[in-house]
Amino acid sequence: MKINKHIAVSDSGFVFNPVTGESFTANPMGIEIIEMLKQERTIAEIHETLLQKYHTEHTTIEKDVADFFELLKNFSLIDRHETTEN
Amino acid sequence: MEKLRYERPLIKRLEGHMPSKFGMRTDYTPKTHIDGVAVAELISQHGSPLFVISERQIRENMRRARKAFETRYPRVQFAWSYKTNYMDAVCSTFHQEGSWAEVVSGFEYQKALNNGVDGSKIIFNGPDKTDSDLDLAIGKNSLIHIDHLDELYTIQELAKKQGVTARVAIRVNMDTGIYPMWDRFGFNYENGQAWTAINKIMQSDAMELVGLHTHIGTFMLSPNAYATAAYKLAELARNVRLKYNHEVSYIDMGGGFASTNTLKGAYLPGSDVSPSINEFAEAITTALINSDFPQNKLPLLILETGRALIDDAAYLLGSVITNKRLSDGRRSTILDVGVNILFTSFWYDHKITPAQPFTQYTEDTVLYGPLCMNIDVVRENINLPLLNKGDQVVIHNVGAYNMTQWMQFITLRPKIVMIDLNHQVHVIRENETLQNLLELERVPDHLKKFDL
Repeated sequence: MKINKHIAVSDSGFVFNPVTGESFTANPMGIEIIEMLKQERTIAEIHETLLQKYHTEHTTIEKDVADFFELLKNFSLIDRHETTEN
Repeated sequence: MEKLRYERPLIKRLEGHMPSKFGMRTDYTPKTHIDGVAVAELISQHGSPLFVISERQIRENMRRARKAFETRYPRVQFAWSYKTNYMDAVCSTFHQEGSWAEVVSGFEYQKALNNGVDGSKIIFNGPDKTDSDLDLAIGKNSLIHIDHLDELYTIQELAKKQGVTARVAIRVNMDTGIYPMWDRFGFNYENGQAWTAINKIMQSDAMELVGLHTHIGTFMLSPNAYATAAYKLAELARNVRLKYNHEVSYIDMGGGFASTNTLKGAYLPGSDVSPSINEFAEAITTALINSDFPQNKLPLLILETGRALIDDAAYLLGSVITNKRLSDGRRSTILDVGVNILFTSFWYDHKITPAQPFTQYTEDTVLYGPLCMNIDVVRENINLPLLNKGDQVVIHNVGAYNMTQWMQFITLRPKIVMIDLNHQVHVIRENETLQNLLELERVPDHLKKFDL
């Protein structure tokens, strides 16, 4: 799972895609995941990091992260040809 | 290390063009307490979903309404509209505040009697009053509002048999300039039906015409329509005075005042566009005072206000079952509250707020109920914080019609609690049980056995 390397992300949650000119806003959790994607962390690593840091269950994280990836794909922020297996 | 509060990840495209159909951002200030009682505690004690009624709010609404009318008109009487919410605890609260009972069926009439309302203070409306209902109401000296001529003749016959004079009014329908015009109930003013019915009553020694009644519509947003209606009833009263030298004792303006709910399709929220009770009071009382009633002979003004007195006194608490992403990318959230218990979600975009604090991040969401039916949509478009499974929500302004029009459909109906003035929580209706329903069913013997 690779995020478009040109994507600009600000600490305040502003996301800009210079390829399409579109702007987005993300919440801190969203930014955290995008940053991990930029560092080329695996999905399993992302799950584990979030599980260690936040008060929730693995099933919830798995479901929500998968949903978030769908949104990123939908917004063309990650390559549609990438598989979810990384 | 203490783990942080989890919030699901969210990313939204920033769009600078026309507003979407999701409209203005929803007020998501959490509603954590109702009358000082924690929502989480209410659900923990009584389950979810749960109806919660504020006794304090009912009394405040009633007193505000009385003040609005009594400061403008010398003789005012409210009658609680049973069909709006006939939970006995709710009716009794209104009766304690001085309201008579306004009923529209034999069932509601019996409920009012059971609540201890004297028959002479029950107004009996509606098109379906059986002979035995009418016989009882005549015997109890109730105020019977005649809907059609068959009923008029029946009352005449029953009163003669009892050897008493029935106290009656007629319900009058009329053009008040609003659409739709409600002409299915009562007798029409413009075409002379109402005057004909009045003459039939006045010629009978079995009935006394004590009042004139109208109910021009529901969720009315135009106080002026009430002024028109009041003028027309005053005109009928004047004609009765001129022809028969008889004064009607009361003018009953019915109900229909809008609450602060937002009608589906409305551009602005109901809290911004619904007239206040003062505006309705001003329109009605001014019309009556300016009409031809002789000085010191102003009739009693009766009001059957329902919705505007109870809607904001009740809440429906619910919980999130799950979140899903729809095929077109929209977020959907499934609640344990469906249209079977929230009938008014067919009419209103109910205000819905979370019951716990959230961050400022929100998402456009479709809210579904738990029923396995496509029609089970609580809000088609709403902007809500990032709710998770198990999170609790508060649905506002649900006091009118939901606890009477709810359906036992797919699931059982939930409990209703009332919070009193001392913040004590009372169960006023228990959870419906499977046994409640099975008690009414019968299976023929030949259907009792089967092999699968």
